[in-house]
Formats: sequence, structure tokens, C-alpha cells
Amino acid sequence: MSAIENKLVGPVSEELALVQAAKRGDDSAFEELVRRYDRNVFRIAQHITQNREDAEDVVQEAFLKAYGNLAQFQEQSKFYTWLVRIAVNEALMKLRRRRPERTVSLDEEIKTEDDSLPREIADWSPNPEQQYNQSELREILSKTIQGLPPGFRTVFVLRDVEGLSTEETAAALELSVPAVKSRLLRARLQLRERLGRYFQKRDSEDGNKRESGDGNQ
Amino acid sequence: MKCSDFLQELTNYLDGVLDETTKTELENHLSWCHNCYVVCDTTKKTIQIYRDSLPYELPDDLRTRLRSAIMSKCQQQKKRGPQSV
Repeated sequence: MSAIENKLVGPVSEELALVQAAKRGDDSAFEELVRRYDRNVFRIAQHITQNREDAEDVVQEAFLKAYGNLAQFQEQSKFYTWLVRIAVNEALMKLRRRRPERTVSLDEEIKTEDDSLPREIADWSPNPEQQYNQSELREILSKTIQGLPPGFRTVFVLRDVEGLSTEETAAALELSVPAVKSRLLRARLQLRERLGRYFQKRDSEDGNKRESGDGNQ
Repeated sequence: MKCSDFLQELTNYLDGVLDETTKTELENHLSWCHNCYVVCDTTKKTIQIYRDSLPYELPDDLRTRLRSAIMSKCQQQKKRGPQSV
């Protein structure tokens, strides 16, 4: 059996059938692919760009590029991984245009100092997210993830939020598997440390009171 | 296992891809090292909180609008011929 004859089951084989139909010019098949992945692409784009209008543009541009280049898609990887790669590149381009003064790259050098070693090791309250209402929590999560360098943020979003495997994340970002793992560890630890400012167990904690003046809201 | 070794293995541990021997060593370390236990536990919570939050949902009306814009641009592109990435 050749390596290409992978057993495709369920959604993957369905996806491949849609891609093949779209390649033959069936636009309704392509529309089905849009329907299947537009939410994911939007989430990824918004996480990277942190801007809703940019995320909308990225969704359009990514699908349009996928449509225009479908013939080049080799079918050896999943269509979704290929689409994510296009979307991430579009989103990073938006970010570069918006913040030309800052380098935006997935290959940025990791700081040489050992910044992955946790500095603060304080335990969190049980169910810390329940200390805040939905919009407060959303604000905290968004502010916290914005503080990560784009290269770390993107790896975290693809791997931990969107649930791509390490290998798929590596393929989508054109990084090696060890590079993905290293960025993922740092992203997770940095987010943990930053969230700790909001979720830490207080000295005076009695389970329902928060100290005033901490965490702003 | 030292704390720095634990940190090296943390991502593999959380992703459930550690071999049995390393996993046992790591869990043994966690049983007596409170700091590493806290780091492991709160990192796990960090991932869970982000995974559950789904902060950027695409509203239905915007979704429909985007999809029809995409499809109409695709039609235009088809008429113009292929483009490069």
C-alpha cells in the first residue's frame, strides 16, 4: 500500500470530497468549505490581529486565496491546515501593517534569559473564573493574551484554543515540531503567570470577597 | 527529577504524550514538590479557561454577509482567471 493511500474516515474524507469537487469548479462545494471553517478562521484571525475589522478582512482574503489557489493544494495535508496557514499569514500581514514599528514574525528570537521559569508560584482560588462575570472574564482573557508576542500567541491559539495537533500546528506555521513545543510551553507559562494576577488566592480569601483596587474590575 | 526537568516535560505531560517512565517520575515529583504542583495545576486551568471561553464568535448576520461577499468575489476571480498567492 502506498503512503498516499491513507485511510480517510468521516470528516476528513468528506472534506477531501468537497475539495475535489471545488477543484472541478463546483462552487457550492467551496461554499460548504467556507461554512465549515469560517468561524475557526475568524477566531484565529481575531486572536492574532486583536481587531475585529482586520479579522473580517482576513476571513475574506484567506478564503479568496484558497479559492484562487485550490489547484495548487496537494491533498497530502488537510485542507483546514492549509487554509489556516494562509489565514495566519494574512493576519500577520495585517498586524505588520498596523504596527510597522514592531517586528512581527513567527521566527522571532526567544529571549536567551530563562524567562520560562515561573517567577510567581502562588496558588489560584478554586474555580477562579467564577469570580468574574462573563464580560469581565472576556476582558481579562483578551488583555492577557494580547500581551504575548504574536509568535507565541499564534501557537497557543492554534494548539490550545483551536485544538490542532502539534504536528498540524507546525505544518500550518511552517515551524518545526520542537519549535512549536518550545513556544507553546512559554506561551502557556506566560499566560498562567499573567492570569495569576487576577486568579490568585488572596491572603484574606473567604471564597466570595475580592480585595478592592486589585485587577481593576 | 528536578524542577527544571519537570518544566521541560510539562507540555508533553499536559498533552498526554509522555512515555510511562517519565510520566511516573514526573508525577512522583509533583507529589512532593508543591511549587511544581501549583505550576502544573494552574497551567492546566489556564488552558481550560481559554478553551472554554471562545471569546470571538462570529455572529450569524456577519457570517452570512461575509460568506456572500466571499462567494461573489470568487465568481469575479473565476472570470478574471487564476491568481498567485
